[in-house]
Amino acid sequence: MEAARRWWSRYALIVFLLILPVAFGVHDIVATGGVTRIAENLKDGISNGAIWALVAIGYTLVYGIIELINFAHGDVFMIGSLVSTGLWGTLGLTLTTGTGGLIPGLILSLIIAMIACGSLNVLIERVGYRPLRGAPKLAPLITAVGFSFILQNVGLLWIGGSQTSVPDLLHAQQDLFNIGGVHIFRADLLSIAVMVPLVVLLVTFLARSRMGKAMRATAQNPEAARLMGINVDTTISVTFLLGGTLAGAAGLVYALYQTTIWYFQGFRAGLIAFTAAVMGGIGNVYGAVLGGLIIGCIQQISDNRLGGQWTNILVFGYLVAIMVLRPRGLLGEETREAG
Amino acid sequence: MSAGDGNLGAGGQNRMARIRERYGVLRRRGDAIWARRYARLAIVLVAAAAVILFPYLFQPGSTFLFDLVEAVAFVVMALGLNVVVGFAGLLDLGYVAFFAIGAYTIGWFGSGFFAYVNHTKGIHILTSGLASTLPGIHINLTAGRQGITPIDPGQLPGLNPFDPLNLRPWYWVALGMVAIVLLVNVRLRDSRLGRAWVALREDEVAAASMGVPLVKTKLMAYATGAAFGGMSGAFIASYLNTVNADQFAFSFSIFVLAMVILGGLGSIWGVVLGAIVLSFINTWLIPSVIPNLSSKIGIKVDLTSLSYGIFGFLLVIMMVLRPQGLLPERRRKLEFVEHVGTGPTDMSAERV
Repeated sequence: MEAARRWWSRYALIVFLLILPVAFGVHDIVATGGVTRIAENLKDGISNGAIWALVAIGYTLVYGIIELINFAHGDVFMIGSLVSTGLWGTLGLTLTTGTGGLIPGLILSLIIAMIACGSLNVLIERVGYRPLRGAPKLAPLITAVGFSFILQNVGLLWIGGSQTSVPDLLHAQQDLFNIGGVHIFRADLLSIAVMVPLVVLLVTFLARSRMGKAMRATAQNPEAARLMGINVDTTISVTFLLGGTLAGAAGLVYALYQTTIWYFQGFRAGLIAFTAAVMGGIGNVYGAVLGGLIIGCIQQISDNRLGGQWTNILVFGYLVAIMVLRPRGLLGEETREAG
Repeated sequence: MSAGDGNLGAGGQNRMARIRERYGVLRRRGDAIWARRYARLAIVLVAAAAVILFPYLFQPGSTFLFDLVEAVAFVVMALGLNVVVGFAGLLDLGYVAFFAIGAYTIGWFGSGFFAYVNHTKGIHILTSGLASTLPGIHINLTAGRQGITPIDPGQLPGLNPFDPLNLRPWYWVALGMVAIVLLVNVRLRDSRLGRAWVALREDEVAAASMGVPLVKTKLMAYATGAAFGGMSGAFIASYLNTVNADQFAFSFSIFVLAMVILGGLGSIWGVVLGAIVLSFINTWLIPSVIPNLSSKIGIKVDLTSLSYGIFGFLLVIMMVLRPQGLLPERRRKLEFVEHVGTGPTDMSAERV
């Protein structure tokens, strides 16, 4: 009895997370004799979740360092999509461009989108959040909402109010290879190939560089960091820069992956990504990635099996359940005491 | 000094004189306090009369009055959220849920909704005639995007049923709600529970070690705030004559939260002001003033397409210019001006 309870308290979360894929996997085996369909769902989920992960890192870094839910972050991601698709036109990338022109062009637009979003995020921090450093903790939340509205309006003026399709430059849904009957598309490879190196770079930066150390110190205790001679304002700016660049990269991947862009895409992405960051344990980069991937999988399974109208209920239901079972999130550390 | 004090010694006389003098001072001071109280009462009465009679300045069915009633209903909602966010310092992004619950409650019981459901269920059973179909499955409690409409308007004894052409009774009902909520807010703030909330907001660990039960106190804050949210939600649903799923978006929570923070966290009058300002920016300034502005100042840009951005811009500007809120709470104002708790001026400032 005691052993059962101990087992439950340790593994309840894992059991809980596995319910959905295992249930449908068994269903597939019974129905079709194979697990191809659930494996395909999970593959879609992971490649989709990689985009959420990139956005979620921006939330988690900013929250970790100044405890602000940066509501404008989702819209920075949207601007990233707009900038990169705009650049395709400028660079003359069309469906007929050969591989030799396409790859450098896309890499260039990736870099420019990252720079643009990074600077935009730094600018927002400088104008909207820094003057409120001494204000009640919730005050910057409102400027964040304000900037979110402003960016949405920019998007609205830029591409109009309806969902716009963009050229499917990569032929995203084209088969690349398949593993045991699971088709891997170009888009899947793309999102993983962008996400993994960026996360590795970011983690290395946080762990190894001087600035990364300053960021960790500031996250732990801004006052003490200031006393140790760390320039807290610069550190916070760098945090926003990093978050913004990742959002820019996510914006480009999203445009290539979904081949539609919308001025309102950032709101939804922001909500999902913030959920991912919280689910994984806010303040933790790996947690944000894990949360993003998990949410991607839940979304795909739900969209594919239960219907889109259940997706949000399922995602947020999972969030609530995970928070109840593990209040600090999947990989979160013990929260700092108030004060 | 009267002659009756003759049997006292010189010292006694002196003492008597001192007592009388002291008594006179006290009486004068007491009179001053009472005068101030009467003056304050008079101001409150005049202000209340002005607020009550305010709608007579406008046509009973005018758009301005329509927006005004909505703004007043938002005051109720914002004051409710203020208990959670302002007093107890808990961030609540799900406040719209209580608005939804209040709205659906009146939607269900204040309209022909259940009659309608029963009706379709009856037809469903008749036409399909299948015992295997669960009769309950076709009951759609929220009616989705289509919504529940119409909803019965309010009714007060001695007045005609409210109608959309005469908005004054709506206004008075909303005002009555504000009065109740204000009273509850003020009394709660100055109660044991209110002090527990503030203590919790300022330092959770310290509050817990002083014996404030954290969970219970937080739950009380959420419950109180939710009650007001539901109340206002029921009113708004009846006022707008519809409840549908699209009204209850996440952005609504943010909107009410912006009212509380912009007005001044925890400051009751600040929140009232914040709710009125933001509600009017939303319902009056952006849809009806700004579009006319572009033709007046002769620019070709269609400003309606900028309404989102203008709202966002106003939020940013107001927040950056007044980080502490429009009318900050006294305690917080002290923190801003005197830097209580941040420097050596601690002791002198804390006595205020």
